[in-house]
Amino acid sequence: MESLLNNLWATIAAGFVLTIILAIIIPVMS
Amino acid sequence: MDFFAQEDFWRAFLRWAHVIAGVMWIGHLWYFNFTQTPTMPKIPAEMRPAVVRFILPEALFWFRWGAMLTLIFGLILAWQNDYLLQAIILGIGSGSARTVSIGWGMWLGAIMWANVWFLIWPNQKKVIGITSATPDEVNSARRIAGLASRVNTLLSIPMLYAMVFAPHYYGGM
Repeated sequence: MESLLNNLWATIAAGFVLTIILAIIIPVMS
Repeated sequence: MDFFAQEDFWRAFLRWAHVIAGVMWIGHLWYFNFTQTPTMPKIPAEMRPAVVRFILPEALFWFRWGAMLTLIFGLILAWQNDYLLQAIILGIGSGSARTVSIGWGMWLGAIMWANVWFLIWPNQKKVIGITSATPDEVNSARRIAGLASRVNTLLSIPMLYAMVFAPHYYGGM
């Protein structure tokens, strides 16, 4: 986890992955 | 000047204030992560104190108070729009994707706010010398503050998705 966070671009990529997960679960949760 | 008496005007005004404070906050967050942190190793050692003693304390001031005002305006906004409690429980049972989305945005934003006030700022106080600390403690504080700052950069992307898509996409669903 720390090595991911130490890399700015890996951090941003992880942010986009979380965004995709959110886009999938928001309609399901409602 | 009738608009001062309109509830809709104050609703939009609060949203505008929330976004302005949010730009102040996330703008500084991204400055730290995109500009300052990657550049520090390239700065000659004798010039680094200029950043740590002069630029960093000023940037941290606008950063943490931007975070505080964003949270305060955001909570008032959610309360005024009658979705605060629904959003806190992530819109479960509301049948509204908009409420679920704003709920996620609020929770991610609240976690980021807590990171600022309970992890980044107390540790940065050691780095800039407001709180006394040994060199080892300063190094450890720099690491914790840096990691919390990176976590917030990571969370800022889905947080802004949830905030922006709630009214502009899910709003119509």
